[in-house]
Amino acid sequence: MPNKVEGAVIPSDEVALVAAAKGGDLHAFEELVRASQAEVYTLAYRLTGNEEDARDVAQEAYLRAFRSLKRFRGDARFSTWMHRITANCALTFLAKRTKGRHEELSSDESLADERPESSPEMMAEAEFVRDRLTDALSELPPRLRAVVVLRDVYDLPHEAIAAELGISQEAAKVRLHRARRKLRERLFPMPGEENARAV
Amino acid sequence: MRSEPTGPSGRERVNSPEELATCSAVAEALPGIIDGLDVANLGLRRHVDACLRCQAELVQYRKLLRALHELRTEVLEPAPGLLPDILSSLGAAGERRAIRHLLTGRRAAYVGGIAAATAAGTAGAILLASRARHRSRNGDRRLRLAS
Repeated sequence: MPNKVEGAVIPSDEVALVAAAKGGDLHAFEELVRASQAEVYTLAYRLTGNEEDARDVAQEAYLRAFRSLKRFRGDARFSTWMHRITANCALTFLAKRTKGRHEELSSDESLADERPESSPEMMAEAEFVRDRLTDALSELPPRLRAVVVLRDVYDLPHEAIAAELGISQEAAKVRLHRARRKLRERLFPMPGEENARAV
Repeated sequence: MRSEPTGPSGRERVNSPEELATCSAVAEALPGIIDGLDVANLGLRRHVDACLRCQAELVQYRKLLRALHELRTEVLEPAPGLLPDILSSLGAAGERRAIRHLLTGRRAAYVGGIAAATAAGTAGAILLASRARHRSRNGDRRLRLAS
């Protein structure tokens, strides 16, 4: 029987594994790692932009989770908790790596999104866009990339993002705007922008 | 409502009685209002309604946001070595933790033993001192009686 806490449905086997891991059962924790490692790695990759860094971040994130497991209240999915830890580890990692290096510091119903049609042309275009988007994300400055990934891909609230980054919500919003604009200019340049970029 | 192109970029400016927003103001605002983070004021909305270029830019932002949301469902498969690496580092951390617990337990036992020995020594010293005092008092009394 799954447990439902604050809107998140948590499978009962996950609850049991978390309880066992909290009690010191290393094998239970290993099971949790097996179940969540691909998601954790994906987030780490999205934030760092390369495989080697993503591996390091994922490893560090699990170590940190293991050490602080007793503080996990169980009011969310284990994977959600891991997302927060992974984001934190990735940001620490990126801050260390870029330390000393110059980095760019950088109503409505009418705006409602529409779902894509599932025609082969649309799917091919979506795949093309996804590939270019992955490239464009990895080229963004880490500060901007972190905000747009956490907000627009992982749907974290602004308060959480600001807290993770240690900045104000207003600063997080400014970074998000910049990141979205840069991505839009890179993926879908408007007339005149392509020439401006090439200069 | 009439719009006039202004310059080679194709940006248009709305000429209306209210002198509504410009294309550059819309371009500044779009990344925030695209998902309702910021609210588009009436001027901006009227401009977008009348400006083909800003409408196109809005559509591009929608596509971008949709593509970003879709990334959430994509899970990358890590290289096969990742899981063993994580498990081995967890194993090492678990062992270190166990050793630390053991050492902490032993340290507590040592400290407890030393404290108990100190307490016993102190108690013994006090007992000996009180006995000696008692004996000396009795000796004085005997001397007084003999004299």
